[in-house]
Amino acid sequence: MAERTTTETDSPRSASPRNTSEVRRHWESSGAPVLEIKGLQKHFPLQQGIVFKKTIGQVRAVDGVDLTVGRGETVGLVGESGCGKSTVSKLLVGLEKPTAGSIVYKGEDVGQMRGSALKEYRREVQMIFQDPYSSLNPRMTAGDIVAEGWAVHTDIAPRQGRDRRIRDLLDRVGLNADYANRYPHQFSGGQRQRIGIARALAMSPELIVCDEPVSALDVSVQAQVMNLLEDLQKDLGLSYLFIAHDLSVVRHISHRVNVMYLGRIVETGTDGDVYGHPSHPYTQALLSSVPVHEPALRGKGDRILLTGDVPSPANPPSGCRFRTRCWKAQDVCAEQDPELRDRGQGHPSACHFAEDHQVVPTTGGAVG
Amino acid sequence: MSTTPSGSHAVGTGTERVGTAAPRTGAPVLEVDDLHVEFRSRGPVVTAVRGVSYSIAPGETMAILGESGCGKSVSAQAIMGILDIPPAHVTGAIRFEGRDMLTMGAEEQRKIRGPGVSMIFQDALSALNPVYTVGDQIGEMFRAHRGTSKKDAKAQAVELMDRVRIPAARQRVDDYPHQFSGGMRQRVMIAMALALDPKVLIADEPTTALDVTVQAQVMDLLKDLQRDTGMGLILITHDLGVVNEVADRVAVMYAGRVVETGTIDDVFTRPAHPYTRGLMSSIPLLEDKGHRLNPIVGAPPTLSRIPSGCSFHPRCPMARRGPGGGDCVSDVPLLREVAPGRRAECHYSEELLHG
Repeated sequence: MAERTTTETDSPRSASPRNTSEVRRHWESSGAPVLEIKGLQKHFPLQQGIVFKKTIGQVRAVDGVDLTVGRGETVGLVGESGCGKSTVSKLLVGLEKPTAGSIVYKGEDVGQMRGSALKEYRREVQMIFQDPYSSLNPRMTAGDIVAEGWAVHTDIAPRQGRDRRIRDLLDRVGLNADYANRYPHQFSGGQRQRIGIARALAMSPELIVCDEPVSALDVSVQAQVMNLLEDLQKDLGLSYLFIAHDLSVVRHISHRVNVMYLGRIVETGTDGDVYGHPSHPYTQALLSSVPVHEPALRGKGDRILLTGDVPSPANPPSGCRFRTRCWKAQDVCAEQDPELRDRGQGHPSACHFAEDHQVVPTTGGAVG
Repeated sequence: MSTTPSGSHAVGTGTERVGTAAPRTGAPVLEVDDLHVEFRSRGPVVTAVRGVSYSIAPGETMAILGESGCGKSVSAQAIMGILDIPPAHVTGAIRFEGRDMLTMGAEEQRKIRGPGVSMIFQDALSALNPVYTVGDQIGEMFRAHRGTSKKDAKAQAVELMDRVRIPAARQRVDDYPHQFSGGMRQRVMIAMALALDPKVLIADEPTTALDVTVQAQVMDLLKDLQRDTGMGLILITHDLGVVNEVADRVAVMYAGRVVETGTIDDVFTRPAHPYTRGLMSSIPLLEDKGHRLNPIVGAPPTLSRIPSGCSFHPRCPMARRGPGGGDCVSDVPLLREVAPGRRAECHYSEELLHG
């Protein structure tokens, strides 16, 4: 990924004094990734009873996820509903506390952070939400929404220059700066999503967690927002964790892609690895289900139809979680949990019988 | 999505498809002719559908493609007679097997629609009644239209659930909608829609709320059922991929009008309207990371303030003012034949096709 050299010089955040710790300074010079997640778990208790609650089980929403996001990199996280991808995003921005595992941000464990370090982390890691309708307060103007974070992080924008900063930010995300006094209901879905992006940018973030940022938008508007996200990354050197269920969108925007199933990552690699040479059966089934847009490619792909539904995360299958729907499943799959590692396909995959099998048809020729 | 050599090859096969499709199509079973739908309430008049015409033949799948607010769902709701009148105001003609439904009384319409045209909706959970079992709801079709007894209706409901591949139908017939997964609920709704063997099925975004693997299952099911029953299928969607995989013909809608129609192969490989071309270049591809997306500028118009002339002109890269051709700002383009078997509503379609 593109190395960032002069990180702070051209961005407004250089104005704010930063309390750089020893660890942070070490990280700055090391070239290590912005974010490293190791063995992240989040189990939600299943409770019964009204007065005397007792826990009768655990929903293993996220169950051992490893993930890294490099500097200036976009990492895609893709999976179907209920696979735990949104829980990962909530854990990252601190809306939920992990059950186990660690989130290491710029060399520091987020779980150990206290006081000003935690405050700084919360500023640097921002989030863009899926629903542009419910994620903006209808009683606040666009300008107030964008500026709200400065009430806490006062050092980012000096009080006198705030109006100008708001106008700059709105302009940066492609909105008319005069719209600062309008309310959310006066904007279209795409414009609202831009307000959400401006709100994240107002904090001068380093990493933005984008949780389905374009899935509520129409295709023409979706493309505009994706272009905006790409431009911002180029200009500001941002890193993105891009969470979505639309495989084409994720491929387009991501440098690296992680496929998630039932709380685990089953395959990871560059976009070319995962889409061109999927080796986990789930990835193959997922990719083969996506309808292609070109008439010439219609029916050329090898369609794998999965049967049955995703098992409940409260009671995941033993061993490999995908085995109940997998056509390759054998006894070993029920006994041994396959680890996420390279089995000779050039990128890691969590399958005992990982095997490169092209399923996405390309204009170059049909696949079989 | 450019016109590559493989693309032009596909155009060839496309025209062949039109030729072979002709004998099969025969008389259309459902015709929508110059349909207008307006909503008149206290605010400004909202024109959702402005002169839409299309027809569907037995066994044919026609996709209505468009972004939100283009009038695609409202036109279907007008066919089904489920718009509240007023505020809705429907004019034009909707002919089912030659008879105009808009001039009939409500009871007569109901008798035609039950076994004639049925519809499935995007959100199965809110379309199903949460306090009745799915067996009751599927069986209701038989009881209401054929006067079947409760017991027989339930037996037929089980049969239908089998047909839409709901596992263990006999055990699940007494379950409530919340006990089913999203894909299974959609199957329940398909079962209800198919109960009376309709000649035309309207599917309004049937898979939009579903995950991609489930979407593939449901589309597969719809295709199989269509092959078995020979019904016409009107597929309303915004997903170009789904259209490409299942439809024979497509009508692209924008701001309440059909701006382009033709076979999928023709329209998708060589769009004749700048809006269609804009949609194509807006979507990221699965098969290739691709370069920067090239979206349409701006946003669709508000239906109470539709631009003059061509409604797409404020967003159109080709828009120009006469003389020497149509003036996009003042002259309303009409849907006209731009190539054999395909029509478009643009003054400059030929430029797009041949230029």
